[in-house]
Amino acid sequence: MYRLLNIELHKLKHSRSSKILIITYFVLLTSIALVAAIKFDIGPIKFHLAEMGIFNFPYVWHFNSYISAIFKLFLAIVIVSMMSNEYSNKTIKQNLIDGLSKKEFILSKFYTVILLSLVSTLFLFTVSLVLGLIFSSYTEFSIIFSDLEYLLAFFVKLVGFFSFCLFLGILVKRSAFALGFLLVWQFIEGIVFGVLRWNTNPEIASTIMQFFPLNAMSNLIKEPFTRLSAVQSVANQIGEKFNFDYAIHWYEITIVIGWTALFIFLSYLLLKKRDL
Amino acid sequence: MDSILTISNLTKKFGYLTAVNDLSFTINKGNVYGILGPNGSGKSTTLGIVLNVVNKTSGDFKWFDGNTTTHDALKKVGAIIERPNFYPYMTAVQNLKLVCKIKGVDESKIEEKLEIVGLLERKDSKFSTYSLGMKQRLAIASALLNDPEILILDEPTNGLDPQGIHQIREIIKQIASQGTTILLASHLLDEVEKVCSHVVVLRKGVNLYSGRVDEMISSHGFFELKCSNIEALVKVLENHPSFATIKVNEQLVTAFLNEPLKSETLNKLLFEKGIVLTHLVQRKESLEEQFLTLTNNQ
Repeated sequence: MYRLLNIELHKLKHSRSSKILIITYFVLLTSIALVAAIKFDIGPIKFHLAEMGIFNFPYVWHFNSYISAIFKLFLAIVIVSMMSNEYSNKTIKQNLIDGLSKKEFILSKFYTVILLSLVSTLFLFTVSLVLGLIFSSYTEFSIIFSDLEYLLAFFVKLVGFFSFCLFLGILVKRSAFALGFLLVWQFIEGIVFGVLRWNTNPEIASTIMQFFPLNAMSNLIKEPFTRLSAVQSVANQIGEKFNFDYAIHWYEITIVIGWTALFIFLSYLLLKKRDL
Repeated sequence: MDSILTISNLTKKFGYLTAVNDLSFTINKGNVYGILGPNGSGKSTTLGIVLNVVNKTSGDFKWFDGNTTTHDALKKVGAIIERPNFYPYMTAVQNLKLVCKIKGVDESKIEEKLEIVGLLERKDSKFSTYSLGMKQRLAIASALLNDPEILILDEPTNGLDPQGIHQIREIIKQIASQGTTILLASHLLDEVEKVCSHVVVLRKGVNLYSGRVDEMISSHGFFELKCSNIEALVKVLENHPSFATIKVNEQLVTAFLNEPLKSETLNKLLFEKGIVLTHLVQRKESLEEQFLTLTNNQ
């Protein structure tokens, strides 16, 4: 495993564009901290976002993992191109001739995906912990470390999404087209949802849609805004009441893990069947 | 003799097209093999199959004693097929380090191999800045990194200028002289003739011949003769039992042998018959002539 990871990291390490994208990604992850600096102070109107409770434990885990997941697109570009560039440079052929098996080739990419997701999760954990410790109103040990399943969901979500990117990279062989396909797929899921909703009812539609890959991934971490007490009190004043389920369910995680396994297996099958 | 690669009844179909048809041959240790065939005769496909990048339709092949998996066997093989494929954004050394990691060999040989192919001064330049000749030489260095039991080269001089072709051939000869088994696929006959001891001749995926170069067709060679009295010469030759066919082309008489005959014997015989030769050459068919005979006959 170390050998395979080492091979893939060697390829990434010397590629300038991958390096820039990875660094940008981690800088952006850190930049969540900048949200804390949003502060309006115009005469009588005082607004300081960090004081609104977004960094309260355990809410900070939910909020930060939701926001950070948006930046995954940067890593998606790296992952799609690390796959499709092997095709356009024909280096995949040379790798196999040099004695890498097709299984090892896929595994080396998958280990890298896991490593990148793991590092992102650790990064997110550190940034959120620091922000929480500075701004949170509650700093009891038991409260700090509650709701940590959002980090697990974040990790599973990233691995699932990147495995999808890996598969698209192998399927399409061109990075631009693979990313385009990702976008088209997002539209397809949207259209299917629309059609289902139109023909049945919203409940049946979302029950079916939770099995679609991108939908399953976004279901993992639901939007955190309506959970914020400040938002809820405003809603109460205008007579609205939110009653959403913010929790992470085991079956949602299972669906995403199922897709991950399927994408990796299909990538291997595709590589095995193809003549290079 | 130790066999390195055994191919038996290998077949590859691309849709309707049969690229390799029931091909069998064996590569033994220590020889320099050439795979000869016109473009599209299945050379690269055959090599692709044994190198794990093309899937076979039927048949079998085994590396070494047949007990290692293909990808493990390939770690003991050095191969370049068609174009040199490396990561354009890495330097020569970085690319070779990657190959070392894949093959699981030590990185200490990198400088030595770059020296052999004459790329040591450019070792820290990016691959994308290399000329085609340099790329091809880097590919050879990469194939040599693990001191392979067999070196497989597919059209190594394709697209190179005369100087580049010469450099590559010198490198191949140097490697062959150290006793490394080489398998060279080419459609350039003089290339194969210059370096190979054995050949496999393919046409449309079918094996026409495999064996030693000099035994390719059973021939005793021919004489090229000139003299002032051509008619008398032809008459003598036609009556001689050693000659099969006689061809006259302007002033040049070409007489094909059907049994061994020494030039001095012929010269003496003709002189005794009163014919004085102005030109006498004994030759064997070149590989090109043999190849054309073989591919046209069938």
